[in-house]
Amino acid sequence: MNRDTEQIEIDLLLEAIFKRYGYDFRNYARASIERRTRRFLSKSGCRTIPEMIDRLLNDEVFFGGLVRDFSITVTELFRDPRVYASLRRQVVPMLKTHPFIKIWHAGCATGEEAYSLAILLKEEGLYDRATIFVTDFNDGALQKARQGIYSTDKIKEGTRNYQAAGGKNSFSDYYQARYDAVALDGALRKNMTFANYNLVTDGVFGEMHLILCRNVLIYFDRELQNRVFGLFGDSLVRGGFLCLGSKESPTFSTAADQFETVDKTAKIYRKRS
Amino acid sequence: MTPPLKNPFRAVVIGVSAGGLKALTTLLPLLPKAYPLPVLVVQHRLAESDDYLTKSLDRICAARVKEAEEKEAARAGHVYLAPANYHLLVERNETLSLSIDERENFSRPSIDVLFESAAYAWSARLIGIVLTGANADGARGLALIKKRGGLTLVQDPATAEHDAMPRAAMKACLVDHVLKLPEIGAFLNQIGISGINNAIE
Ligand SMILES: C[S@@+](CC[C@H](N)C(=O)[O-])C[C@H]1O[C@@H](n2cnc3c(N)ncnc32)[C@H](O)[C@@H]1O
Repeated sequence: MNRDTEQIEIDLLLEAIFKRYGYDFRNYARASIERRTRRFLSKSGCRTIPEMIDRLLNDEVFFGGLVRDFSITVTELFRDPRVYASLRRQVVPMLKTHPFIKIWHAGCATGEEAYSLAILLKEEGLYDRATIFVTDFNDGALQKARQGIYSTDKIKEGTRNYQAAGGKNSFSDYYQARYDAVALDGALRKNMTFANYNLVTDGVFGEMHLILCRNVLIYFDRELQNRVFGLFGDSLVRGGFLCLGSKESPTFSTAADQFETVDKTAKIYRKRS
Repeated sequence: MTPPLKNPFRAVVIGVSAGGLKALTTLLPLLPKAYPLPVLVVQHRLAESDDYLTKSLDRICAARVKEAEEKEAARAGHVYLAPANYHLLVERNETLSLSIDERENFSRPSIDVLFESAAYAWSARLIGIVLTGANADGARGLALIKKRGGLTLVQDPATAEHDAMPRAAMKACLVDHVLKLPEIGAFLNQIGISGINNAIE
């Protein structure tokens, strides 16, 4: 097919999704969106993108499948252990100076990151003063986050990462084995609020002491990244922390001067006061 | 004065797996410092690898070797390696994107993911190269490069440390050239100097 025709069709697809469902993928990094579109098309049973658009407009369940497919929920317990070690060293002491703290996980996927941080907060005696917002725009992923049940493979990986992250106890203190899976300790969930939140279309909802948004911004184009960094700036208290994925930084965004670097490798930044 | 010959190519993409350290340390130093095309490389490696490979290649190469960063422009004279545990993609405006989508062919970074996005970004102005490796990643991507009019090269399987990957690529499409590493180096230099006219002969 003519390459330009495919480009136009993908533009129309994104426009149709936005108009019909309010999900805005128009400013996502294009190469990845094109790849997801071709993949979704090939397993959708539709022959062409226009045929797929037609079906998407009329079939909400079909659209649900597209959101699941466009939202990449790959994640891990204690992903990048060094980041958790750095949070413990550089962020926890500051959080300890506040009588209560608000934390926001933006793009939590299936929740592993939120539980990992909750464990760290427990070990640092900070959990009880924390309110933790756990958000994503993918309801299916949020549902899994709410349950906190993971495969034994994920727990094995989590155990290795937990140790590398300088965990203080034994990781097995935090879960109960079921027959074919593992349930994380429900007490970790006590201060968590789960909510559907779309970083493209939703606004500020509180003043946070720490925002974690890891491996989400790489999927956005520059323009959208600028918007979201602005949103984070507006959602942080002065001196509040922002923790990004290992390939992300606010350095080249229009909001760069709102943030200072705390740990360049761990991608921890701080709102200037 | 005749205007300088315009190079019809815009980029080179290379996929390599097992045996890659040796292959890359043979091939990449053959490129001159001011090589006129960006070179994008996916080398399969462990998710937790550090930047040792990148640093050691940079030390022995005339061209600048670095890890690809999110949204940076693909520039001539630079060799970009996909970072460990991230897919590398090219945008149509010739900037680089990273993603942590599922593994493809059990790999992240995956050669197919890079090659496919590059094939869409550069079509006929792309050179795709598959080197040594013990799996079949890159085969589908090279076939797409070929289909969209790009130039396809494969390391001669008889000279590859692991021949499965070059062979899989040769099975997936009718590749343009099957060459030994030094020949690939010479070929790329030739293209760099004088554009396609001389290189194709
Ligand atoms: C790769 S996961 C990252 C999970 C976790 N933060 C980590 O680093 O391991 C990316 C998540 O971002 C979410 N996401 C993508 N676009 C979003 C948007 N516009 N608003 C909210 N979440 C979004 C996806 O649904 C997905 O769960």
